[in-house]
Amino acid sequence: MADESKPSQEPESTQAEPKGASPAPAPKSAPTPAAPPAPKPGAPSPKAPAPLQIPLDNDLVRRYRARFGAAILDALEDRKQHYLVVDSAQLPEIARYSREDEKFDLLEDYTAVDWPRRDKRFDLIAILYSFPNNIRLRLKIPIAANEHPSSLVDIWPTSDWLEREIFDMFGIEFAGHPGLKRILLPDGWQGHPLQKDYDILQQDTAWVRENLGIDSGQ
Amino acid sequence: MADTVDQDATHSNDTLLGADELILNMGPQHPSTHGVLRVKLKLDGERVRGAECVIGYLHRGVEKIAENRTYQQFAPYVDRMDYVAAISNGLGYCEAVEKLLNVEAPIRAKVIRTILTELQRIASHLVWLGTHALDIGALTPLFYCFREREEILKIFEKYCGARLTTHAFRIGGLQYEAYDDFEKDVERFCKDFERRIQEYVDLLTGNSIWIGRTRNVGVLNAADCIALGATGPILRAAGVKWDLRKAQPYAAYDRYQFEIPTGTNGDTYDRYMVRMEEMRQSRLICLQAIENIPEGPIFGKVGKVIKPAPGEIYHSIEAPKGILGYYVVSDGTVQPYRVRIRPPSFINLQALDKMIRGHLVADVVAVIGTLDIVLGEVDR
Amino acid sequence: MSPATQAVLHFLQTWWVELVSGVVIVAVVPLIAGYVVLVERKLMADMQARLGPMRVGPHGLLQPIADAVKLLIKEDIVPQDADSFIFWFAPVISMVAALTSMGALYFGPDFRVAQDINIGILFVIGVSSLGFLGIILGGWASNSHYSIIGAIRSTAQLVSYETAGGLAIICALLLSGTLRIHAIVDAQSDHHVWFIFLAPVAFFTYLVASIAETNRAPFDLPEAESELVAGYMTEYSGFRWALYFLGEYANMIVVASVATTLFLGGWLRPFPNVHWLNWLDLLPALFIALVGIYCIYRAGKQPVKIQVWFMWAVAFACFAVALIFLVPWIFASLKFAILGLNGAFWFLLKVSAYIYVFMWLRFTLPRYRFDQLMHLGWYILIPLAIVNVFSVGVALLLEAEFGWNRWLALIVTTAFTLAIALFLVRSHDKRVAAASSASAATSDSYAG
Repeated sequence: MADESKPSQEPESTQAEPKGASPAPAPKSAPTPAAPPAPKPGAPSPKAPAPLQIPLDNDLVRRYRARFGAAILDALEDRKQHYLVVDSAQLPEIARYSREDEKFDLLEDYTAVDWPRRDKRFDLIAILYSFPNNIRLRLKIPIAANEHPSSLVDIWPTSDWLEREIFDMFGIEFAGHPGLKRILLPDGWQGHPLQKDYDILQQDTAWVRENLGIDSGQ
Repeated sequence: MADTVDQDATHSNDTLLGADELILNMGPQHPSTHGVLRVKLKLDGERVRGAECVIGYLHRGVEKIAENRTYQQFAPYVDRMDYVAAISNGLGYCEAVEKLLNVEAPIRAKVIRTILTELQRIASHLVWLGTHALDIGALTPLFYCFREREEILKIFEKYCGARLTTHAFRIGGLQYEAYDDFEKDVERFCKDFERRIQEYVDLLTGNSIWIGRTRNVGVLNAADCIALGATGPILRAAGVKWDLRKAQPYAAYDRYQFEIPTGTNGDTYDRYMVRMEEMRQSRLICLQAIENIPEGPIFGKVGKVIKPAPGEIYHSIEAPKGILGYYVVSDGTVQPYRVRIRPPSFINLQALDKMIRGHLVADVVAVIGTLDIVLGEVDR
Repeated sequence: MSPATQAVLHFLQTWWVELVSGVVIVAVVPLIAGYVVLVERKLMADMQARLGPMRVGPHGLLQPIADAVKLLIKEDIVPQDADSFIFWFAPVISMVAALTSMGALYFGPDFRVAQDINIGILFVIGVSSLGFLGIILGGWASNSHYSIIGAIRSTAQLVSYETAGGLAIICALLLSGTLRIHAIVDAQSDHHVWFIFLAPVAFFTYLVASIAETNRAPFDLPEAESELVAGYMTEYSGFRWALYFLGEYANMIVVASVATTLFLGGWLRPFPNVHWLNWLDLLPALFIALVGIYCIYRAGKQPVKIQVWFMWAVAFACFAVALIFLVPWIFASLKFAILGLNGAFWFLLKVSAYIYVFMWLRFTLPRYRFDQLMHLGWYILIPLAIVNVFSVGVALLLEAEFGWNRWLALIVTTAFTLAIALFLVRSHDKRVAAASSASAATSDSYAG
């Protein structure tokens, strides 16, 4: 199951190649926090420290795995925070199970991250908190670019606006959302800004020219 | 009976007389929406059938900017989100990146951070109280609140040079040492503040007009709060005795004793009482903290170049408005790969529709005021 | 001389006092109203730990002039589809109603426009209520959704509280037995007591009703800026708005004068008939002289030269006025003026105190919501006022027919009225609490 380690590995490997500055002796190498600037090629590479993402296997993970089996793609611990990588096909069931059985009654945050070079381009991140147990859990759901994950509005009503923002910023459409339209940007805006190929200086010049009457000059 | 909330309103689409619904627009420019917020109210006569918020007028693309700045360069940007409580924003961000780096700020820095954050909480609640009272018609508390807030802002100015968008904290600790009279100033403020809170209480708490305008207005019970993600004083007023400072302490909060005020009904009056009591508790925390600020360094082991190991972190704090969370993804470079800010005002504002149904038009300003939103945070 | 000219001259000879007084009222009252606004702003600032207008003129004293000039030179905007005649006429009605009602009032035993109309109080109340026409026509003529809603709300509020206020006035009229203004104050003099002590509940009912009638806080929902439905004055700018605004303050003066006349003893000094307190007659002059002395004391503390001179000028003005008050004491031939001057002073003092209470309430209390306002008026104030009328009547009956002591009768009946008031307030609170706690289950047929 090579896919398991992909999500945690992708960051360094995709960024290391174009930059070429940091050494890449092993795919899982990670420079220490106060690392000196990247050594010149040919200098001895620093000893590869232990990766910060370690596999997780506690009661919670076991329960999830028992219930959903292969849908739980991975369970990791990063800097003492736990997260599960789950399959988007089973997202509603996992969400319902989390809320009802595992008592994660608060959807603290719901967002996405764009990894343009991966097959599954986006990572949906749901941060769950349980008031009764005072624990937090992150769910990472890799989805493809034109995939339409199910909306979680029936399970956590707070995801109404959160999913609208994800749609606005990333272009991910949620199936079953009661009113999926842009929330922070104007309705006619073209483009989804938080995608990595939307340059920071780029604007929807057409919208600006039409609605504000000026040339955006970017 | 005009004082009741019309619960039927939430279920039916037809109006009583079969007339069309009126859409009333509280436009982006309005004295009481506390910023550029547009609310489209569906009215049936005087009753509100639903409220749709149109936001984004203050969207500045902060999360996109974060991907193009170094970690330290991004720190001033977070102040500008909830600009009324800039120090809280800074605390959340600095602690999040410190977690990402696996370092901790030294204890002296944590204690000073705590004191400043609690002062900022008081300042934020004072702004809330003044503007909320002004919307409901009490003209005077605004000036009294701002008079107290002025003292806090003077302390901030002496500490870091800025009053509003302070950038007071650094990743790893503090840049500035507490100035010479810091403890004296804070103590003087706290000693004076108890009397001032009593002034606000005298003006508002027992006032039957105030009670009439805020009791049973904008009720949000605990289950709805949690379902809608509304946190902070809104959640506590609904009866849930939960505060992130106690549940998962950060900074130096585990060193101090304080109570968590709660309400019973989850109405506007309860939120008012909860925030008033929170101001008192913040004052107590400050007094406890200044008695013993530990000596030591103020900056932890963080180099000039911040390049966290690839990975991600989520860190949240109890900001004055609710849970403020930072989800930071690092790819090993000096610039974060993704910074997501969980904005309490944005998520609390979602609850407006549920809270305002069945009330009268005159209650809309009271409910918006009680949510304590800052549009900078809603829109980022 | 032609008969026409003769007729005109005869008219002028007979009515010149009234004509001059009328002109004075129309010219002076707006100016006074402007300064009442300045006083309000300064008081508000003082209660809010700040200074208020300070720039225009010394301590902001020329602020009303500056405001008037600004309003006069402002662009006169008339909404596109507004009915232009009514748009022009409505504020005029408001102002005229307030000023005309002043025509029947006595501002002292001798200062008046109309000479003791036999329906005095009724005229004043009736004409001042005509101001509601100005409101509703203004709201309608603005051709704006929200103006008309604000105007209707304002009118509904006015009408409801007018009823309660009128009933409270009736209590005082029962005690005085006449509608003539001069005679009402004379009756208070005869009874050796101000009517507020004989009918206190009526006074407080009238106080609350008059606040609502003049659209002052806490009953100022129709004019509040933070309200969605902006008031009837929205589309008015410049001088038209100034007319509304001045009409409102003139109304305040009228209402305060009515309350002073009926309940606070008009131009009578405290303890009017007690001979050993006759030295109180010197109080007006003394008071003004003290103000002058205070100005001299403050003059030394002014930072800027011109402010020092200003304080001295004010002090001299005060001493001059005090001298005018003292002159009749000195020259026996002018003794008749004592009562007039002193009376005017006491009247003005009481009116000022009443208006001060208005302002004080505005700065302190939040605003009632419209339905709560109407509840207060119809469920508490009007029943209370009705009961009060009956109780005062019963007290007078007891005195007249059964020979009770007037004071005893009135105390007994006032106690009864207060009990009714408590009962009304309690039942209102219970009704509100029950309604809101049952709100989850009940269905409401309130149609807004």
